[in-house]
Formats: sequence, structure tokens, C-alpha cells
Amino acid sequence: MPSDRRVRIKTLVLVLAMVVCANVGDLLLKRGMTQIGAVALTAQGIGLAFRLTITNASIWLAIFFLIGFMVSYMTVLSWADYSFVMPAGAFGYAVLTFLAVIFLHESVSPRRWFGVALICVGVVLVGQTKPRTTEAPSEAVVRCESS
Amino acid sequence: MRIIIGLAVLILGSTGGEIAITHGMKSVGEPARLRPRAVLQFLGRAVRNGWFWTGVPLMALSFYALLVLLSWAPISLVIPASALSYVVGTFGAKFILREDVSTARWAGVILVCIGVALVAAG
Repeated sequence: MPSDRRVRIKTLVLVLAMVVCANVGDLLLKRGMTQIGAVALTAQGIGLAFRLTITNASIWLAIFFLIGFMVSYMTVLSWADYSFVMPAGAFGYAVLTFLAVIFLHESVSPRRWFGVALICVGVVLVGQTKPRTTEAPSEAVVRCESS
Repeated sequence: MRIIIGLAVLILGSTGGEIAITHGMKSVGEPARLRPRAVLQFLGRAVRNGWFWTGVPLMALSFYALLVLLSWAPISLVIPASALSYVVGTFGAKFILREDVSTARWAGVILVCIGVALVAAG
């Protein structure tokens, strides 16, 4: 497979992983904190919230997905441009809006729909450009150089 | 004035942190394969990189600035204004990381920036 095509595919796969992990993580965090309820801002209230948080399955699952986001983010930046990954990741805002409409039946203002449309066009424009414009050393190259 | 300074800390902290992490990851080098073992080895090298530990406190500073700003200004101003970080980050990518930002990429970044501001404004 040509190198450019390979880089583009693995970049898009990891950006997609970033978007999915960040959104699922945030939704699970929201669910977990809703289950715990409003936290009282007293020493006793914060202590209780801490105990409830570390025993809540949704919170742990959220942390797992947010670690997944961070790992995907660090990995993709080891070869792809920051100016490619950063705007491409904004696709998550569009995904979240669609999820809110489909699953939560939220009403979305025309202004927000216009914003989603601009994000989609922007992400497609960025997606057309080369994901890597600087030389990123691969692990194999680093090994050769260090030996 | 303090809101403008707060926004500057928020935006420069997050983009500065991300640029430092990007620089660190580039110097670490990509994993040889996208397999769990190779990625874990890559993460092991990444957390021993100084640029990674420069980026993390900058991002923490940005998060703190966000919390402070939310106590000073309405969320409907703070979150859309933080979308400016897409443009600032692209300048950083061009002039600090020496990435080749084409016209198409600039156009995309500006559309994303306006789009995120509109979505965040609700």
C-alpha cells in the first residue's frame, strides 16, 4: 500500500477513536455523576461524593474511555500534524449533536445546525490535506540511529 | 480586561500544552506497529519525554483558567471564545512546529472555529 495512503488511513482511524472515546467517556461521566447526585460542598459531602465516585461503575468506564482518548491522541500526534488532528477532532461536536437529536430527542436551534454544517465542511477540507507535512521518525528509524 | 487576560491564558495554555505534547511525541517517534505491545512501549517512552511533562502543566493551567473565567463571565461567552484556540493552534503549528499549513487547511480550520463557536453558543 502506498505510504501516503497508509498514513491517511491510520490517521483517520485514530482520529475516529479519539472522537468516539471522548464522547462516550463524557456521556458516561455525566451518567455516573447524575447517579451520584448533587455534591454538597462541605468536607463531609465531598468525602461522601469521593466514596460514591470510586465505587461507581459508570465513572470507571468513563475513565477507561478517557484514557483511550489520551492514548489515541498521543499516538496519532507521533506522526500526524497537530494542525490536521486538532480541527479533524472537532468532528466530535457534530457527532454529539446528532446523538443528542437521535437518542435524547433534544431540539437543536438553527444556529447550532449551521455550526454543525460549518464543522463538517471544515473537517472535509482539512481531511483532503496531507496528514503529515513534517518528517516523523518511525521507531525503526530511531532504533537504527541509536545503534 | 481581566476576562481578556483569562481568555489569553486559557487559549495559550491549551494550545501551548498541545504543541509541547506534539513536539514530544514527534521526538519519541511513532510506534512500529499499532499493536497493544508496541503502543505500550511507545507510551513508556512518551512519559519519559520532557516535552510531555511541559505540556501537561500548561494544559492544567488552561483548565484552571477556564474554571476562573466561568466565575467571571457567562458560559455563553467563554466557551465560544475558546474556539479561537483552533486558529491560535494552527499559527503555533505553522511557526513553532514548522508544519506546512496549506490554504485548504487554513480554510477548514477557520470554518471549524466558527462552527464550534456557533455550536457552543447553542
